[in-house]
Amino acid sequence: MRAFGLRTRLVLAFLLVAVVGAGTTAALTYREARTALLKTAQDTAVSSFREQVQLNTFTFPSDVGNLEANLRDIARKGKPRPWIVFAEYGTLRASSGTSPVSGVITPGLRRAALSNPRGAFERVVKDGVPYLTIAMPTVFRAGQHSALPLGLVVYAVMRMSDEQINVDALLTAARDGALPGLAVALLPGLLAARSVLRPVRELHRAARSMGSGKLDTRIEVRGKDELADLAHTFNESAANLEHSVKELRRAEARARRFASDVSHELRTPLAGMLAVTEVLDEDAGHLDSDTARAVRLISAETGKLAVLVEDLIEISRFDARAAELNTDELDAAEAIRKTLVNRHWTDGRIVPELPEGIRVRLDPRRFDVVVANLVGNALRHGAAPVAVRLRSETGSDGTPVLITEVADSGPGIAPDVLPHIFDRFYKADAARTRSAGSGLGLAIAAENVRLHGGRIRAGNRPEGGAVFTVEIPLFTEGATE
Amino acid sequence: MPRVLLIEDDPAVREGVELGLRRRGHDVRSAATGEAGLAALDDFRPDLLLLDLMLPGMNGVQVCRRVREDSQLPIIMLTARGDDFDMIVGLEAGADDYIVKPARPDVIEARIRAVLRRIEFTGADRPTVETHGDLTVDRAGLTVTKAGQRIALAPSELKLLLHLTAAPDQVFSRQQLLEHVWEHSYHADARLVDACVRRLRNKIEDDSGAPRYVQTLRGFGYRFGPL
Repeated sequence: MRAFGLRTRLVLAFLLVAVVGAGTTAALTYREARTALLKTAQDTAVSSFREQVQLNTFTFPSDVGNLEANLRDIARKGKPRPWIVFAEYGTLRASSGTSPVSGVITPGLRRAALSNPRGAFERVVKDGVPYLTIAMPTVFRAGQHSALPLGLVVYAVMRMSDEQINVDALLTAARDGALPGLAVALLPGLLAARSVLRPVRELHRAARSMGSGKLDTRIEVRGKDELADLAHTFNESAANLEHSVKELRRAEARARRFASDVSHELRTPLAGMLAVTEVLDEDAGHLDSDTARAVRLISAETGKLAVLVEDLIEISRFDARAAELNTDELDAAEAIRKTLVNRHWTDGRIVPELPEGIRVRLDPRRFDVVVANLVGNALRHGAAPVAVRLRSETGSDGTPVLITEVADSGPGIAPDVLPHIFDRFYKADAARTRSAGSGLGLAIAAENVRLHGGRIRAGNRPEGGAVFTVEIPLFTEGATE
Repeated sequence: MPRVLLIEDDPAVREGVELGLRRRGHDVRSAATGEAGLAALDDFRPDLLLLDLMLPGMNGVQVCRRVREDSQLPIIMLTARGDDFDMIVGLEAGADDYIVKPARPDVIEARIRAVLRRIEFTGADRPTVETHGDLTVDRAGLTVTKAGQRIALAPSELKLLLHLTAAPDQVFSRQQLLEHVWEHSYHADARLVDACVRRLRNKIEDDSGAPRYVQTLRGFGYRFGPL
């Protein structure tokens, strides 16, 4: 499965690292800066408030008017910013502002203020506005190290909006810094992906080129990384493969040349032997019966050997691509009729269905061989009557073709034999060591059809019997006068 | 029985063919080289030459040309199938026919008889001497003259001309000519016909590139005339 390509995954990984890096840095920076910023404001506020509260002498028990005057005095000296000061004593409430009670002072702060004589503070956010609330109990200093709470608690409430703005600016700055960073990270990501992908692409191209048969394909090895190793390994394997294939082809060529040479060497002595077989046949009658049988055997086998050798030479010519096509234009029905007459196949075993008037350009000798080999095969391995039919039609690629069909009335071809029917020396029946033919007849027929740019098929008819179908273009190009 | 001179370098083939033909009643003399064969011509005076194309020294094609310089002796080449180039060159050099080796003596004899057979002069109502343009064909005397000049034609050339002039203007396919003039099978090599036509044209046409007498009908064959 391949949901994302290598490039996408590499770039995504780069981005992820960049996001985590930039995000972490921004978050840490933001937190530290924010803490420092708030702490400074807070410390200033708390210490100055404490100082103010200590400096102020609260008359005790105080009347509210006097107290409010005191509070207003403290409020004016608020640092780093003005604050509103509240005071609580029992049920008594007073403030420097308009409302005697603040909405942001929490019960927790009140409790903390009572338990800690040095005061307490708290950050509160109300309606989106941050506040710093400081509680400072007034004390009576009884000595150097002891202080008694007077029961009056003074609160300062300071808006922290300015700090919040600063903090927000920090956050924006962190974000604005991180995003371009990410965009910049995309570039090395793409570059890295490219540098990885280029060798991969080359490897892909090279592998495909090898697959299409160009075994001398090699990859340029760049650098010393793992991809270079891969390219190196590819080149080595390709070289080995090329060598093996070359060796195989050489061996095959040697084998074919050997078969061809042997056939040619056999031809000359056979020509001499064949010339005297007649003498043997004639005189066999005057010899004693054993000698006569031996002589007739030699004569008959010499004839078969001559056919076999000629067939072998013919096949090796196809293998060497030395077979030539000498085409001529003729009437297809007449050509087949002549083939049948020349072989004396006119005794009713063959049923020709040959419509007149189909003009075709082909090699007459090779077409004769094709028809004769197919009919001969049908008579040997099938059974009479053998139908030989002819027709012309438009082939699958639109060119007009000549269809020649040879159908026998025998048992048909076994399914396991069918794929091998055109193989050389293929024996359909393992028990039969040698047939009357050379064993090359169908292979030669197939080669001749291919030389014409045609096709040959073997099959079985639904009503029984084998059928061979030859398809040859009506107008085969070839050497002609 | 015809006297046959066989020129063949391989001793087994030479001896086998000689033996086979002699058994069939032919008077056979054989030679192992082209030079020896040419030397035997005057002495033996054969009716026909059986000539192997692949010879050491002077090859069969050269022998063929030498013979044709001053003689219309029937020549049959012995060739192996596939030696197409040599066969064509041999036919151009003037050979009348060819036999593919290895061949049985009955096949060889049939070829010999076919080459030596005279074209039957059919149709008693026709004159034996016909004139076509500048050409005069004497069917009885088997002579051809052009503008009064006697033309020396090899047996195959003469038979082809006689066959074509027997039915002027009629088209004969190459297969038909192979069957009737050479007595070959329908599927034999038609280049035999083409080579013979070329040789014949060289001898009888004014311009063999634009033939008047033996005309080609592409895709169909050859015909004589119309003039």
